[in-house]
Amino acid sequence: MITIRLVDSKLHKIFIAVNNVFVYCEVQNNRLADVSLELLTKGRKLAGELHVGLEAILIGKGVSDMAKELFDYGVRTLHLVEDERLAFYRTLPYARLVKHLFEREKPQIGLFGATPVGRDLAPRIASSLKCGLTADCTGLEIGDHHDKKSDTTYTNLLYQIRPAFGGNIIATIINPDTRPQLATVREGVMKKEPLMESMAGEIKTLDVNGILQKEDFVVEIIDRHVEEKRINIKNAPIIVAGGYGVGSKENFKLLFELADVLGGEVGGTRAAVDAGYIEHDRQIGQTGVTVRPRLYIACGISGQIQHRAGMMESSMIIAINTDRNAPINSIADYVITGDFAEVVPRLIKYYRKNSK
Amino acid sequence: MKPLKIIVLAKQVPDTRNVGKDAMKADGTVNRAALEAIFNPEDLNALEQALRIKDQAEGSQVTLLTMGPGRAAEIIREGLYRGADHGFLLTDRKFAGSDTLATSYSIARAVSQNEYDIIIAGRQAIDGDTAQVGPQVAEKLNIPQVTYVEAIEEITEFYIIARRRLDNGIERVKSPLPVLITVHGSAPPCRPRIARRVMKYKHARTLTELQDASEDYIRLFQDRPYLKIDEWSVADIKADEDALGLSGSPTKVKKIENVVFKAKESRILENSDQDIESLIKELIDNHTIG
Repeated sequence: MITIRLVDSKLHKIFIAVNNVFVYCEVQNNRLADVSLELLTKGRKLAGELHVGLEAILIGKGVSDMAKELFDYGVRTLHLVEDERLAFYRTLPYARLVKHLFEREKPQIGLFGATPVGRDLAPRIASSLKCGLTADCTGLEIGDHHDKKSDTTYTNLLYQIRPAFGGNIIATIINPDTRPQLATVREGVMKKEPLMESMAGEIKTLDVNGILQKEDFVVEIIDRHVEEKRINIKNAPIIVAGGYGVGSKENFKLLFELADVLGGEVGGTRAAVDAGYIEHDRQIGQTGVTVRPRLYIACGISGQIQHRAGMMESSMIIAINTDRNAPINSIADYVITGDFAEVVPRLIKYYRKNSK
Repeated sequence: MKPLKIIVLAKQVPDTRNVGKDAMKADGTVNRAALEAIFNPEDLNALEQALRIKDQAEGSQVTLLTMGPGRAAEIIREGLYRGADHGFLLTDRKFAGSDTLATSYSIARAVSQNEYDIIIAGRQAIDGDTAQVGPQVAEKLNIPQVTYVEAIEEITEFYIIARRRLDNGIERVKSPLPVLITVHGSAPPCRPRIARRVMKYKHARTLTELQDASEDYIRLFQDRPYLKIDEWSVADIKADEDALGLSGSPTKVKKIENVVFKAKESRILENSDQDIESLIKELIDNHTIG
């Protein structure tokens, strides 16, 4: 455990002990959420750079058999909390438990998925512990900071990198004086990699008695209908994406046909999702998922910065647009100037003709 | 049903959804003047939920609370036109530089000066997309929260039943009052302005806005006390100055970078049978497609 003295901080004029990197692990449909495994992969790397350990928090009912998978991702200590009443996420008891663990374990970094759960839970914790929280990070790094005003150098801070101002700028945020440094991270922007060789970890079970109180359960879940994610555009090798320019839900059918023929998936821009042309699960860009397919075919997409940020790492990009000057064209390998409604049927026709 | 006291938290934001070519200056900084200041979209969904409660529970009061510079009074007027009863503008240079923690502290202090049964906010604001202020305010007020709400299915003076929009489905929860809810963009849009209310409130002003007004105008204002939009400073909400503004903000911006995309050498193709067939052949040959 390292102890640092915090100087000149109006927030916490105390000694704070800082140690490990913590990841809050989320359960979705009785398995660990992808975003949690992505965070563990990143958390493991950060912990390595800081020479500290990676710890995980797992709360639920009947979730202890997920411990093995967490250890496969490099978790040294798992804080396991199980209770009948914790089968589904509920703000107040979950927040009480995570806060309790953070106060006891004093992590230097706490990471959450930027899911409806993480985005409900993390601000509650940050508000209670009076510490900094950065939402929807797309990058996390370790680095130093020199504050000119107080002439203080801070070492090994968490750089929380996120798009801001509608995606037109990328900001690096730091929390020099408060711990833990909290961040939420979107699903799909970080890689998910288990250890080459799995390691044994320790399970610490937290007894909820004496921590949870009756008033933590005042909000009741009446019912929930949550479907297994059917669509997985994140891992699709080929993506046919449409923007507002596609014009209607009906017109998107053509994109589905092309995707079907090529063995790919269909994605959309935020504008297409907001217009109701296509479901939210398929949204690509800063407020959707980030994709890196082998081939990305952009149909009727002008290429707002927010969208480009979510697909620019595609290996090959074909842009189909009536506007010769659409921003998407500047990052495309091939630009076809024309109406997608004419181009797409040609692509289908010649693929069928030439594929072996 | 007993009338309820409803506070709607709203924010005036630059319209980052419609960023034009002139939105970024040549030096790479944001040209705020090129972006229109608007009522944050999901806060309008929040206002609609509040007005629906008022439709049901006659005599309910909808109070709009916003924090920002003087011109943020514009969104309070907009709210009055659409059906809100009253507005507060939390404004003070000392709030400048507040991050979400400092903002939630200030808003929680302001809310505490009022009576309330339910606080309704948009899920998130489009300039930061953090979705943090709502839950952080709820924590400071020590009340439950229900986030991502798309409908209030039932409300009484004791509890609400709300439907939440999650990534892959919905959840219905029952919470006692008082509660803070955040409203998702999939909730019904806000009703439009009502002509009679525009006539009634078009002269609503904060005291600061009145400073430049003519004497006639000030007389009109004195005769119609409902035209006053309250302005609150740090002192009015009895806040600890160390907990707001820059000093109350644990997060600091270390660096801002303009997003630059490297232009590629693009090949321009015609929408012709010949060009498209040769493209498809090329993609098959290099195994991009099977």
